[in-house]
Amino acid sequence: MAKIQVQTTINGETFDYLCDGQQSLLSVLRDELGLTGTKEGCSTGDCGACSITLDGQLVPSCLVLAAEAQGREIGTVEGVSSATGLHPIQQKFLEHAALQCGVCTPGLIVATRALLLKNPNPTEAEARYYLAGNLCRCTGYDKIIKAVLDAAASMRGESA
Amino acid sequence: MESVRYEAPNNVEAAVRLLAGENGAKVLSGGTDLIVQMRLMNRVPTVFVDVKRIPRLSALALDAKGLRSGAAVPAATLYGNETIRKLWPGLAEATDLIGSSQIQGRATWAGNLCNASPAADSVPALIACGATVVIAGPKGERRVPVEQVNVGPGKTSLAPGEFIVEFEIPAPAAHSSDAYQRLIPRSEMDIAVVGAAVALTLDAGGVVKAARVVLGAVAPTAILVPDAAAALVGSKCEDAALERAGQAATAAAKPIDDRRGTVAYRKKIAAVLTRRVAKIAYDRARAR
Repeated sequence: MAKIQVQTTINGETFDYLCDGQQSLLSVLRDELGLTGTKEGCSTGDCGACSITLDGQLVPSCLVLAAEAQGREIGTVEGVSSATGLHPIQQKFLEHAALQCGVCTPGLIVATRALLLKNPNPTEAEARYYLAGNLCRCTGYDKIIKAVLDAAASMRGESA
Repeated sequence: MESVRYEAPNNVEAAVRLLAGENGAKVLSGGTDLIVQMRLMNRVPTVFVDVKRIPRLSALALDAKGLRSGAAVPAATLYGNETIRKLWPGLAEATDLIGSSQIQGRATWAGNLCNASPAADSVPALIACGATVVIAGPKGERRVPVEQVNVGPGKTSLAPGEFIVEFEIPAPAAHSSDAYQRLIPRSEMDIAVVGAAVALTLDAGGVVKAARVVLGAVAPTAILVPDAAAALVGSKCEDAALERAGQAATAAAKPIDDRRGTVAYRKKIAAVLTRRVAKIAYDRARAR
């Protein structure tokens, strides 16, 4: 069976790849394109580690077929920081020590960015519900939520 | 595993031809059930027919007659629409209960319906709102009320080659509203033990003129409970009317025992949720 040829935009850059019909976008990102920032947790859409944005929508990349990405805009954790340094969300995750092993962190950062684009001033409950699909098995969620709320405040130009 | 073919037709007729052409062809919309079933249960399609490139399936149109929503519009877009949240708050809250934020970026009403789980959250709410689906197939298009789509767990009334193109939801009449709640043992991301949706229309004096009461997870499919609706009509959702509606819900519920709940528990909760949800829908309708 011939491979499927796909051209897509990832973090603003054009990428071409070949994939199988049943191959996930997660598998192409990590194994074909070397973008290993996006992590594989469960591969069934339950854990949030593989969160990316697809045309601006937060999605689990394990449940997106690589073939679907033709002509779409993908955002991964590699595109969060800029030439000038870390994104405020990343900075606050560091400051609050909101990670241990780090496998959930890229997904949490991508999901937090999606949350704060929609809702720049979430309550703690709103943040917890929005991020309920991002599972962390190390730290518990307190530091993560503190980092998220602090990042939101900093992005609004308030000092916490 | 051999490579599965992938097709992304840009019109309904081409999708019907692909789906009717082989038994192993599967509609790919959000993929939150289809891709998981492929991975965990080895249900591998011969071809994915991705319907998201068909303009009608991604369109969302609201006018005085109501909502026409393409079958591939994801839950996050539906819930993110302020008009949908205002006109059908119950349907919106049911949609916002489907999985995580990430899943809602992919999952659709059509997928929730065609996966045909008795516990699907959006299905009772769609039925309560009087939603209809437009189904395309080899013989053309037909319109079917949502309550006629599921025939049992994992089973739909769609014929080979048919798929859902769009949902039509009539604009609510004056003094109308709806509500949905489910019982789950944790606070987020779980499958309904019981779900209840109620849509009510009141007269200018606050008396219920019309009602639809729908239960999920207590029968092989979501079920309309006409006796519960009848108990609410003519009332102002006072305690006595709510009590009778709850009793009708318990009587109509035909649940199974499983690890999420027993028959007795589900029948009892069907009454509790029917009472609570009817009261919420009533208060919302009064405020309209």
